[in-house]
Amino acid sequence: MKLSVWTYEGPPHVGAMRVATGMTGLHYVLHAPQGDTYADLLFTMIERRGHRPPVTYTTFQARDLGADTADLFRTACQGAVERFRPEALIVGASCTAELIQDDPGGMAEAMGLDIPVIPLELPSYQRKENFGADETFFRIVRALAGPMARTARTSCNLIGPTALGFRHRDDITELTALLGDMDVAVNAVAPMGAAPGDIRRLGQAHFNVLMYPETGESACRWMERELGLPYTRTIPIGVGACRDFLDEVSGLTGRPPRLETDRLRMPWYSASVDSTYLTGKRVFIFGDGTHAAAAARVARDELGFEVAGIGCYNRERARMIRALARDYGVEALVTDDYLEVEARIADLAPELILGTQMERHIGKRLGIPCAVISAPVHVQDFPARYSPQMGIEGANVIFDTWIHPLVMGLEEHLLHMFRDDFEFNDAAGATHLGHGATSPGSGGVTCESSRETDRRTGGAADILWLADAETELRKVPFFVRGKARRNTESFAAERGLTRIGIDTLYEAKAHFAR
Amino acid sequence: MKDLATGCRDVPLLRERGQREVFCGLTAIVWLHRKMQDAFFLVVGSRTCAHLLQSAAGVMIFAEPRFGTLILEETDLAGLADAHDELDREVEKLLSRRSDIRRLFLVGSCPSEVIKLDLEKAAERLSARHAPGTRVVNFSGSGIETTFTQGEDACLAAIAQGLPATEKRQLVLAGALPDVAQRQALDLLERMGVGPVAVLPTMDAGDPLAVGTNTVFALVQPFLAETHAALVRRGARHIPAAFPFGEQGTTAWLRAIAREFGVDDATFETVTAAPRDRARRAVARAAEPLSGRSLFLFPDSQLEIPLARFLTRECGMRAIEIGTPYVHRDIVGPDMELIADDPVFSEGQDVERQLDRARAACPDLTVCGLGLANPLEAEGLTTKWAIELVFTPIHFYEQAGDLAGLFSRPIRRRETLRLEMAG
Repeated sequence: MKLSVWTYEGPPHVGAMRVATGMTGLHYVLHAPQGDTYADLLFTMIERRGHRPPVTYTTFQARDLGADTADLFRTACQGAVERFRPEALIVGASCTAELIQDDPGGMAEAMGLDIPVIPLELPSYQRKENFGADETFFRIVRALAGPMARTARTSCNLIGPTALGFRHRDDITELTALLGDMDVAVNAVAPMGAAPGDIRRLGQAHFNVLMYPETGESACRWMERELGLPYTRTIPIGVGACRDFLDEVSGLTGRPPRLETDRLRMPWYSASVDSTYLTGKRVFIFGDGTHAAAAARVARDELGFEVAGIGCYNRERARMIRALARDYGVEALVTDDYLEVEARIADLAPELILGTQMERHIGKRLGIPCAVISAPVHVQDFPARYSPQMGIEGANVIFDTWIHPLVMGLEEHLLHMFRDDFEFNDAAGATHLGHGATSPGSGGVTCESSRETDRRTGGAADILWLADAETELRKVPFFVRGKARRNTESFAAERGLTRIGIDTLYEAKAHFAR
Repeated sequence: MKDLATGCRDVPLLRERGQREVFCGLTAIVWLHRKMQDAFFLVVGSRTCAHLLQSAAGVMIFAEPRFGTLILEETDLAGLADAHDELDREVEKLLSRRSDIRRLFLVGSCPSEVIKLDLEKAAERLSARHAPGTRVVNFSGSGIETTFTQGEDACLAAIAQGLPATEKRQLVLAGALPDVAQRQALDLLERMGVGPVAVLPTMDAGDPLAVGTNTVFALVQPFLAETHAALVRRGARHIPAAFPFGEQGTTAWLRAIAREFGVDDATFETVTAAPRDRARRAVARAAEPLSGRSLFLFPDSQLEIPLARFLTRECGMRAIEIGTPYVHRDIVGPDMELIADDPVFSEGQDVERQLDRARAACPDLTVCGLGLANPLEAEGLTTKWAIELVFTPIHFYEQAGDLAGLFSRPIRRRETLRLEMAG
């Protein structure tokens, strides 16, 4: 048993639902007790879908357990096929049904339905949502796809986008355009938007673009082996990665790489003087392995941040993230324990968090700005506007959304100049921190919480701050005060000092000046 | 055919079996833990349970919460003896880290029920080990046994069963209410001279609460059937009444208590006249868009029958179907008596067939869960999501207008938007 307070991933059958809900013409019969229908609202509320997920739940109750839950399954299966007339059926069990061992797959196959029935074996007590999506899609592809003649025009499949994916909707559009600029057509997108008939013709493409390894890698591997479709490894998030991706496509197709840079503003925005202030900002990065790794490269190479820590919640990507962390000279954090992530962030006291919605909440509490880069998703992650992560526009979007929570350069300069004016004093909080900010006169919650951080991250209990130094420290704007305190304390500790006076503070400032 | 004098009290129910689009009882933890501020709710279950709690609590801040899920792993399923050791160890760890926890609820789930993990025994064992600092109580919130609000019922019943005995004459209000509504109720009762009044659940483990043969109790929530039974077993007597929604419901509920405690009419009038008048005016204003409109309720929280009474009697709506997970006539009978038209009362659910009926009836307002609301809106129906009704203060006079407003807002919104030009 393991205590979990908040989870980054749902159970594997929710991954299967993400595949089924992304597709059309497919229905999922899920052997599950009453209550598991909660998962429907993830799709109808978070993603604002105007249709229920194509899932029929058998809804067994305690009194059915002694009787015939198998019959309940058959009835639900028959009813779903008659009512929804799907082209193919996937069947499986949720965690509770797994325990009663009714074998939904075997039962559905024995029913003699005139459509393909694809059984799913998703071990609920070992694996999680991403595995469930990846495995389900793989099973569907293996059941339906086969070798076919290639399309006359060079084409590829976009593999991996699902319902409830982080910006999948817009990444598809962006990648389709990016590939179109190289005159590569999209043969099919799957699972998102694909019908079973589209899965059957995946083999027509010349290669696969693996957009999200979390949900599409097993299927891509199988197609490489069985259908002779190579697949791309680079995730085109950020400018450098886009160029590498197009080089990879070029290698697969023999076409010269071509990147339309008319709409690409990110490199200039990052080079312009207002961005000078971004230099060396310490960022902590956490998300699914794919998005975290992509974010690290953008953060260091394209925005000039310092990567203070990196991690992921899905163990499937642990090896990759650990290797990457070594390259960046930081320790990797591979965990799905939210409290561990919170402790690491408090410990590192970064100036910016690039994380999930859960890290956004950590940031709020610690007074650290946060931009969201990865699932698990929230209604905010489905903006009405076009907002991809991949491709040219993705790079532009990333510049805006990561920089937005930070103080802009000129603004930071002005805040420094006027820090003793009443509008800019500590209690006034920071207007740009959104929810974390407080209005003037309401008590300065942001400052309280950042002081809390100061205390917790000090890590130097035996070092005493003298009153005048403490007062001087207060004059440092709150958003860099944690860093100033930490630097001063480590400076003092290195020199064996037990007391910090004004001199120590300024010695440390000079020492760390860059 | 219904009898005019008893309204719909004895109408036959449409009982259906099929897919249910409802939450399981674990969901109740989301509001219960806020009501009991020294309690921790420890679900023994699967990743699905953890994910449900997080999704249902989607609006919450991700602080370290006072609830969590002990996720069963493959090894726990293999040997139950080891599972108990694991449970003991995890509880030990939790309590040593959270010294503020006075009450620990071990909450059963579908998987823990199916593998027959005996949490009652575990609670006894752990209670003995952690006494007197922490009391350990168990209840089931599993989907195979409980629907949504029944989780609160199971929790309160478990508490009621373990309460100390008293021969004191007292009133117990059973049911978790938002503080603002609870304060209003206690204030009205105090001004009528009704007392002493105790509340189940108590805010802190240290708050005294006992029960016995001189205890009478009123329910503030209609889904408390097990709690009702547990209190009756302890010798307490129920004061049946319509539920305190809207001006009329609140008045009926208060009057039943006042009668029990011998409050004279003049006092009752003095205390209730002003808030009643305010409530009437607030409802009249907020309910204006509801008048003459038709209503279809999908089963969700068991609040459906009392709310249908409020919406038909006080807001002028016409109920087509009133769906509810369970009908306990002993408890909601007084509300059923006051429902005048001839709606279908359905118990349980086959969601596909019920959706067919809703589409055919084309109601002006459909009250349903979050999984159905957007799909029905996309089909052109106007919906009110039911879960807001358990998270928002809606009881008693001062909230009567807000309650009507929750239902009229979707209708007003649809009338306000001019999207055909935009689309």
